[in-house]
Amino acid sequence: MATKPALAPPTDAAISRRGFLMKLGILLNAVAASLVAVPVVGFLLSSITRGRGNGYLSWVPLGKVSEFPEGETRLATFQNPYVMPTDGKTAETACWVRRIAGEQFQVFAVNCAHLGCPVRWFPQSALFMCPCHGGAYYQDGSRASGPPERGLFEYPYKIENGLITIQAGELPTPGAAIAELTAGKKPCIS
Amino acid sequence: MHIMSSLAKIGTWFDRRLQLAAPIREAAEHPIPRNTSSWWYVFGSAALTVFILQIVTGILLALVYVPSGAEAWSSLQALNHDITLGWFIRAMHGWGSNFMVAIVLIHMVQVFLFGAYKFPRELTWIIGVFLLLMTLGMAFSGQVLRFDQDAYWGLGIGASIASRVPILGPSIVKLMLGGPIIAGATLSRFFALHVFVIPGLLIGFVGLHVLMVLKLGINEWPMPGRIVKRATYVSEYHELTQKDGVPFFSYGAWKDMFFAAFIILAVAACALYFGTFGPSGRPDPTIIQTVPKPDYFFLWLYALLSLLPPSLETPVLLIGPVLAIAGLLLLPFLSGEGEKSWKRRPIAVLTVLLIAITLGTFTHLAGYTPWSPHMNAWSGDPVPHRYIHDSTALERQGALVFQVKQCRNCHSLGESGGQRGPALDSVAVRLTQDQLIRQVIQGGGNMPAYGKNLSPAETTAMVAFLETLHPNGEPPARDASRDLALSDENQSGVKPHGVRLPGVKP
Repeated sequence: MATKPALAPPTDAAISRRGFLMKLGILLNAVAASLVAVPVVGFLLSSITRGRGNGYLSWVPLGKVSEFPEGETRLATFQNPYVMPTDGKTAETACWVRRIAGEQFQVFAVNCAHLGCPVRWFPQSALFMCPCHGGAYYQDGSRASGPPERGLFEYPYKIENGLITIQAGELPTPGAAIAELTAGKKPCIS
Repeated sequence: MHIMSSLAKIGTWFDRRLQLAAPIREAAEHPIPRNTSSWWYVFGSAALTVFILQIVTGILLALVYVPSGAEAWSSLQALNHDITLGWFIRAMHGWGSNFMVAIVLIHMVQVFLFGAYKFPRELTWIIGVFLLLMTLGMAFSGQVLRFDQDAYWGLGIGASIASRVPILGPSIVKLMLGGPIIAGATLSRFFALHVFVIPGLLIGFVGLHVLMVLKLGINEWPMPGRIVKRATYVSEYHELTQKDGVPFFSYGAWKDMFFAAFIILAVAACALYFGTFGPSGRPDPTIIQTVPKPDYFFLWLYALLSLLPPSLETPVLLIGPVLAIAGLLLLPFLSGEGEKSWKRRPIAVLTVLLIAITLGTFTHLAGYTPWSPHMNAWSGDPVPHRYIHDSTALERQGALVFQVKQCRNCHSLGESGGQRGPALDSVAVRLTQDQLIRQVIQGGGNMPAYGKNLSPAETTAMVAFLETLHPNGEPPARDASRDLALSDENQSGVKPHGVRLPGVKP
């Protein structure tokens, strides 16, 4: 009495029905995974793609020109243009505003050009000093001493209706768009 | 008796369905070489113990902690001050973190010195390298979750390092921060890393790591002269465990048990005695009066970043970690056979000592940061009284200029003040008057130039003060040719004006 075997022996010559369906199943999953991967990757990289070009940068007001005495350097704060509800105090950023004379300004990021620690202004010696690794800068932002390879980052500014506004919105790091906006303006003095 | 037999029945009922009793007994009683029931072999299980402790305390903290840029800091304050024993759980988690990094490092050194990474345990070592990296990742991301000033500026340092990667740098920064600046989105993604991604990977990799120890057997105690060869090792090890082996449970296990209990108690004792880590000030970027510092296990990096020459920094930061990790991963392939005993591997021992001394020295230096200016020295540390005793009005004025112009922030007098520049207690012995004037005005040698910020009168006064700074009995440096030059000028009838600056009457 011949009984049907429980499992059909694999046939080399022709693709079995089961083998074909298994391969089709794998293919279907690969297609599904690739389709789902598009929005997943898009979501993951959104923080990069959104900032393409100068996407994160916009003009923010710092205050009236008259609030900054000529020949002095003062700390100013501004609200970051791109804000999330969970940011809290971190939505604000500080910067150093130097009014040279009249409508001639320099606006420096507080972040040291070395590794981003907040530099402090000492009017008596007209130096910015960094508490982390000892970087120092002259009053015009150029490098004075220490590990930084360049001067302080500068925000582009303009004066409108008696208000000083700067183009800001990105953490100033050596590679950031903000670093390129004013790059090459200041020679290093050592 | 009746209860016992009922329990046994229940146990049998479960095991019939789970079928785990036999494999567990087999794993627990697997034979280990007799010498390995040693106190040197307890660090792996200790690392696992602290990891479990971290999971438990971490879940407890997550019951209260709010991963929001606006509220994280306040929720930590609530844990510290309002919630019963919240401070203790935070302290346990913080100290547990330090213990975990330390134990993982000790475990790694022991494994390295005992040659345990050699054939056939190469993959166990490689997984161990990933476990070390994940442990460090947990330590860094945990520091970010303590969302305070140190965390905020620490992220800025991380972003500045990442931004130096060629081409991709700015994109990596935005991916890391979750946006253009350090803000709420940054904290949220570090929360996801610290609570879901890395712990998930850690659990998986720890499982593999332990499974491989069970499958391949624990490394035997290394004997000088017992050489590992791929062809014979497995049968030799088999002989060692079969002829002279003892069951892991309980020959080796009781020491693991004792050490695990000791470690848990040590973490608790540190938590009780030393308390929580921070949080320091509120993460408000507009408060710039802050001196950010990383946690203990990253201090060496902080020191390295201030001591490297600027031109070497980016290459070292970007290539260094790649080389270090590649070296660790390739180690078992470069020396997969041969001697295991540290007694016959002097280069291995010296490498460990060199790395330990280097990291220890950097960590020690980062404890008092001689490279950082002391921001308040100019207003906080007065010129020692003895330096202005019996001085002239000009010299006293010079001492005043010296303080007001923040020279003190980088130069110490009487062992107080910054250490960025040299101490000036005996500067007059090293530099002549001309050299002092030149140094002050032009700077150089890592000192800013003060020419634009000092009037000639201020320079004259300050140099007059600096010239008094020499030990008793040790005369100040002088230019030997100067007197001659001046006397020549006198003889030829030219009025000497010497080095006096314009605008100052001699």
